[in-house]
Amino acid sequence: MKPTKTLLTAAALATAAGGVSAEEMTIVSWGGAYSKSQLKAYHEPYSEKTGITILNDDSSNEAVAKLRAMNEAGNITWDVVDVVAADAIRLCDEGLAMEIDFDTQLAAAPDGTSASEDFGDLLVSDCFIPQIVYSTTFGYRTDLVGDTPPTDVCAVFDLEAYPGKRSLEKRPINNMEWALICDGVPKDDVYDVLATAEGQDQALAKLDTIKDSVVWWSAGADTPQLLADGEVIMGSTYNGRLFSVIEEQNQPVAMLWDAQVFDLDGWIIPTGLSEERQQRALDYIMFATDTQRLADQAKYISYGPARASSAPLVGQHADLGIDMAPHMPTDPENAKNTFLYNYEFWADYRDDIDAKFQAWLAQ
Amino acid sequence: MTDATQNTGPMLAADGTPLKQSLARSLRRQKLRALMLIAPLLLFVLLSFIIPIASMLFRSVENNIVGDTLPLTVEALQNWDETTGELPDEAVYDAFVRDMVVAVDNKTHTRLGSRLNYEETGMSSMFRRSGRKLGKLDPETDGPFKEQLIEIHDGWGEPQTWAVIKTHSPAITNGYFLNAVDMRRTPEGAQAQPEDKQILIKLFGRTLFMSLVITASCILLAYPVSYLLATLPMRVSNLLMILVLLPFWTSLLVRTSAWKVMLQQQGVINETLVWLGLVADDARLVIINNQIGTIIAMTHILLPFMILPMYSVMQTIPVSYTRAAKSMGATNWTTFWRIYFPQSIPGIGAGSILVFILAIGYYITPEIVGGTKGVFISNRIAYHISSSLNWGLAAALGTILLGVVLLLYWVYDKIVGIDNVKLG
Repeated sequence: MKPTKTLLTAAALATAAGGVSAEEMTIVSWGGAYSKSQLKAYHEPYSEKTGITILNDDSSNEAVAKLRAMNEAGNITWDVVDVVAADAIRLCDEGLAMEIDFDTQLAAAPDGTSASEDFGDLLVSDCFIPQIVYSTTFGYRTDLVGDTPPTDVCAVFDLEAYPGKRSLEKRPINNMEWALICDGVPKDDVYDVLATAEGQDQALAKLDTIKDSVVWWSAGADTPQLLADGEVIMGSTYNGRLFSVIEEQNQPVAMLWDAQVFDLDGWIIPTGLSEERQQRALDYIMFATDTQRLADQAKYISYGPARASSAPLVGQHADLGIDMAPHMPTDPENAKNTFLYNYEFWADYRDDIDAKFQAWLAQ
Repeated sequence: MTDATQNTGPMLAADGTPLKQSLARSLRRQKLRALMLIAPLLLFVLLSFIIPIASMLFRSVENNIVGDTLPLTVEALQNWDETTGELPDEAVYDAFVRDMVVAVDNKTHTRLGSRLNYEETGMSSMFRRSGRKLGKLDPETDGPFKEQLIEIHDGWGEPQTWAVIKTHSPAITNGYFLNAVDMRRTPEGAQAQPEDKQILIKLFGRTLFMSLVITASCILLAYPVSYLLATLPMRVSNLLMILVLLPFWTSLLVRTSAWKVMLQQQGVINETLVWLGLVADDARLVIINNQIGTIIAMTHILLPFMILPMYSVMQTIPVSYTRAAKSMGATNWTTFWRIYFPQSIPGIGAGSILVFILAIGYYITPEIVGGTKGVFISNRIAYHISSSLNWGLAAALGTILLGVVLLLYWVYDKIVGIDNVKLG
């Protein structure tokens, strides 16, 4: 039995080694315009510099489940994975993502500021290297809202002034917060209220007032499409998607930045990689999250770089030639009224509130 | 006497061995050869189908994580009566610190936190936040721990926390199955979930009901088409057949998205109706993002699975039977109802089983066109697999779904008879 086992192990090792040759690494991301921006800003310069071929896998959507399955099977085929911060925290909790020492394993800013200071509050998990700040916010059809375009997020709940359908994401996160804010709860108290059963009922009751006028979306591309088709007069989605509807496709749509919710997207490195692959992944991360590289990505997509030192370097869109700074969610003009996704709260309450939210939806 | 004895003796083959034995041997060889021929398939099915399904089913009751991560605590909690409403004594806290020091070292405490968070909201952050400080304690010298722990996080001072750990400590649990039917495991036994969290039973019911409606509408639409396919001249019916099969060669996602374009309020159907003046501009039909949308799109997608078995059965019905019936004075209706229809039932049966079983597990189409009232239980399973990572609950839901399908299959066999199903 023993020789057979050794033989099998040897064979497994050989295939594992053969599967990932020294000159290749697999990077997982979201696909579409976002992956393209990473390809231009990170992958291409990195391949040029090191000669390593980068394979793309557009699986970020189900990255958490797939990483867990890979981990159980003992065969991790991914080297670096792009996930949102909430997923990164989950992966870190599950022991599926590697802990990073930010100051030694990430590049310092050009002026010498350490990485942990440069990223600042955005380091929300020990395993997560932030890349961009994006926001979930509303867009509206300029031709369908009458003479007084909305300036306040509560326009979403105002069926009298803005009759018509609106699209909201089919999950409680963000919707519950907006509902409470528009029901008179002060912004700073939102999560305290939402932690109680009464607060959850209050939020659902507020959402109930517009329930019949809501189209629920589950993919980021839904709201832009619904807006373009005139199916809804306003809807929430990621700010980069709205940018492309407004600036690239020239649709009669405008941004309603009020009460936008900041969220983070970034990298994690899976645990259980071989020493050699882990080193390569770390080397890539060191390169791809430095100040210049993060600023470069903003040339291709309207998401804000996660490093403070990158902000002044944000230039013009690579194809359209327009200034990108005013389109960043972090631009002072856009960020007058914002809040940051509360990761810890939702890590705790997500399952509980989601069950209530889904039960409410099904009523 | 001697003659008779000789006659009952074993019959011998040409080489002298008993005939029975030599026959059995050659049969065995044949069987072995047959087995070897199907061995690759058997092995493939076993490895890629049966083992994964079995291991997934096992997850619905498996709950090793609590006992593995906190072995001493679980043991110490046996002596604690959770119904008194008082906190456990120092022995439990001591055992807990010993367990956690190991767990923090192995980084398994946050995993346990996520597991327990399914049962009690807030456990996840409690384990994550306490982890760092707890890992630094030395169980031998830093005791007693009760006050220190409550200092670190006041959750450790709630009897409820310890009750949850104790309730969910067995290695084999029915907790996931209880969750799957809108109940939960509590120290006082199984109890119903709060009313505002009950959704799964409703979804099961909806999934079954809508699958039945989809199967029925498939039968209604497929029957005339199959009849035409089976009776028209070959040249015409081949062309029709291509039309039936064409959607098969298109991606499921594309077909579903096409329905979105058709059915939405600014879509093709509504625009046409408004243009014709049949529907007022401000009263456009709502035929997507609800049950109707799911039923329309899924009926279309599953229709070929109904047409094909029906068609192949109808093809075998001899024309002479209906001619004979008519020649003896039967009306068209009687001929159809008494002669043709009974012979086509096996095709309906096969098609219905196919469509129903496919429909009951459908996921992508309800997700895209189902809105809130047209989603299935599989959408919830997908949520628990990919978002909440509650694989135990997902497995329990899947097991129940599998059980329901098997049960319906058994009922079908009792009522219609499974021998009465033909694919051609």
